[in-house]
Amino acid sequence: MALDNATVQQKVAEKFGEAVKDFTEPYDMLTFEVDRDKAIELMQFLRDDDILRFNFLTTMCGIHFPDNEVERQFAVMYQMHNWLDNTRVRFKAFLNGENPEVESATRLFNSANWMEREAFDFYGIIFKGHPDLKRILNMDEMVSFPMRKEFPLEDQGRTDKDDRYFGRFPANSAEVGSVTPGGNR
Amino acid sequence: MSEIVLKTIEEKYAEMIKQRENEDGSELSILNLGPTHPATHGIFQNVLLMDGEKILDAEPTIGYIHRAFEKIAENRPFYQITPLTDRMNYCSSPINNMGWWLTVEKLLGVEVPKRAQYIRVIMMELARITDHLICNSILAVDSGAFTGFLYVMQYREKVYEIYEELCGARLTTNMGRIGGLERDLSDTGFRKLRAFLKEFPVAFKEFETLVSRNRIFMDRCINVGGISAEKAISYGFTGPNLRAAGVDYDIRKVNPYSSYQDFEFDIPVGKSGDTYDRYCVRNEEVWQSVRIIQQALDNMPDGPYHADVPDYYLPPKEQVYNNMEALIYHFKIVMGEIPVPKGEVYHAVEGGNGELGFYLVSDGSRVPYRLHFRRPCFIYYQAFTEMIKGGYLSDAILILSSLNVIAGELDS
Amino acid sequence: MAEIIGNNQKVELQPSEQGYNGPGFQLTSLDKIVGLARSKSLWPLPFATSCCGIEFMATMGANYDLARFGSERPSFSPRQADMLLVMGTIAKKMGPVLRQVYEQMAEPRWVIAVGACACSGGVFDTYSVLQGIDKIIPVDVYVPGCPPRPEQILDGVMKLQELVQNEQYSRRESPEYKALLASYGINVN
Repeated sequence: MALDNATVQQKVAEKFGEAVKDFTEPYDMLTFEVDRDKAIELMQFLRDDDILRFNFLTTMCGIHFPDNEVERQFAVMYQMHNWLDNTRVRFKAFLNGENPEVESATRLFNSANWMEREAFDFYGIIFKGHPDLKRILNMDEMVSFPMRKEFPLEDQGRTDKDDRYFGRFPANSAEVGSVTPGGNR
Repeated sequence: MSEIVLKTIEEKYAEMIKQRENEDGSELSILNLGPTHPATHGIFQNVLLMDGEKILDAEPTIGYIHRAFEKIAENRPFYQITPLTDRMNYCSSPINNMGWWLTVEKLLGVEVPKRAQYIRVIMMELARITDHLICNSILAVDSGAFTGFLYVMQYREKVYEIYEELCGARLTTNMGRIGGLERDLSDTGFRKLRAFLKEFPVAFKEFETLVSRNRIFMDRCINVGGISAEKAISYGFTGPNLRAAGVDYDIRKVNPYSSYQDFEFDIPVGKSGDTYDRYCVRNEEVWQSVRIIQQALDNMPDGPYHADVPDYYLPPKEQVYNNMEALIYHFKIVMGEIPVPKGEVYHAVEGGNGELGFYLVSDGSRVPYRLHFRRPCFIYYQAFTEMIKGGYLSDAILILSSLNVIAGELDS
Repeated sequence: MAEIIGNNQKVELQPSEQGYNGPGFQLTSLDKIVGLARSKSLWPLPFATSCCGIEFMATMGANYDLARFGSERPSFSPRQADMLLVMGTIAKKMGPVLRQVYEQMAEPRWVIAVGACACSGGVFDTYSVLQGIDKIIPVDVYVPGCPPRPEQILDGVMKLQELVQNEQYSRRESPEYKALLASYGINVN
């Protein structure tokens, strides 16, 4: 409507300069990248500015890129929506692979509380300033972060799967367990 | 449940309990509104700090039905992800299915013909009706009125019969294909739909007469669990819960999809966001859905029920069994060897509980690189703790029912 | 069609499956009578976690009506329930809760696993889902389906009724049963 992607891009680039880059518009939604220490400042600017008025945090999630360089292995994706002008925007902050940390958005939006806990639970991303950062969906005793690409989907402790039916033979898979043909159980 | 969580909760409240003990001799107690409880519709736990019947604080724990949908989706081609989306909000599966197909069609750039869009709208509105029916009748059951639930479940059975005409299944429907639907709604289906539209309004009026102006129900629901519009927006509310607080935000009007712009319907809005407002907003939405289905039936266009995209649309079974080419295409599509562009797309539909969003990142391979579901229940359930503080236990149960928290959507 | 039955008129009784009966007496064994009583009044504990729970609600509704099989009163208290209907996916986080509920049930108790997820993990072969509840509690009847139609759930209850009817009265004291519970690590109290 009144607010189009070009205006948003111009205002954001004006305020943040080099910290925002890589503007694209896949499927008509403005998408860009922001430096990790400016991410929450950007969110506040988008929310409080008189012209931009992005009043709703639609969603946020983590993404894992194990093939990137170490500085860009994790990403946090935020998506915001301006209800008054019906515009959406998406921005990503790339985080360090060994030490993924970013400031928490809970002081701006209450809905970010559990969404950040979910990102922590799945990827191990630490949100500084979060009131209560602990696991939410998985068991509390779990030590690894299951949505990372290296974590396997299936339960590794099963003894009753016959690997031949899954196409797993010792020659082509390291995951073959101690299963005798016909199953153990 | 794990010992660790209970211990940490007890430690957290130990301070408050000790302080209160020293003041006036009465004791605070900890009540476990545990995962299995007849009144929590689904598996989630709240440990409540109570002063007699009053709730002082609550500690929610979820994840008791975490099935790792997002992880599974990273290993499955598009057609095999639909059954997962069914099982998120299982009271209104067609909406989840259609939302997923709309996202994939947006990514692949497939245009759906009008007839398929209208039938999709009919299925989505039927699903919305069933979702609201369950929510409101269970709200009545929780406040003691069991009859309404039995009347309303009959009409859910009728809607199941209509689903069966289109996709074969009752509850977890797995409906639709890329580019349209798997089959046209048969004559029997249309006949059942027309019969439903004739009988359902009568029965629903009966339900409303029983419950809506019932003195006891109103006393239990008015001014219970209210939330202001600003707080609701900050907590990420969408859907009937937000509309009950006074904000008329509905994805069907804001970002219309699948020909919703062709239909005329109102968006009911409440005032104070309390339980009674949520109940009334859902009731009114059921009437609006009936209106939309009637319009879609009256104006149903002729035409194909799927787009002409042989690369993505599964060929009909007669051809698969007789024609070599169709067999090859069938195999390729099911295994996911289809041309998928790289990119990221987000699409949202108006689910029974609010904005159900799908964020799909594709790297050109047969499976998504990342699929994230924006689940409305997960986001607005955070506000539950604040809504019940200071109220009584029985009010907390009603607030939980009226929020319509579905456990499958809560833990993905 | 009312007929006046006189005081001394002989009344034809239905022959009973459980032994030999006549006016005012029945000759049978204790096992069969106790089995008859138990099987025709199984009170369920609906442990509904996900989608199968909605099909259970449909089964309890007026169309398919579980109540006519004797399950008139679904009891949410484990002490008062006979059969545990586990409907839906059980995640590993939920396992201890299910175990606790099962242990709290009083003998005699039976378990029906409704749905593919309860039988064997179902569609969800993941790190967080328990691959079948028979890994932690002994199961009597498995009802497959995703979700099973209400008719299938009723069929499962009827199979359980058959099981209950033919159960030995002293089964719960027998060493085989105790060994079964011990293999699951359930303490018999």
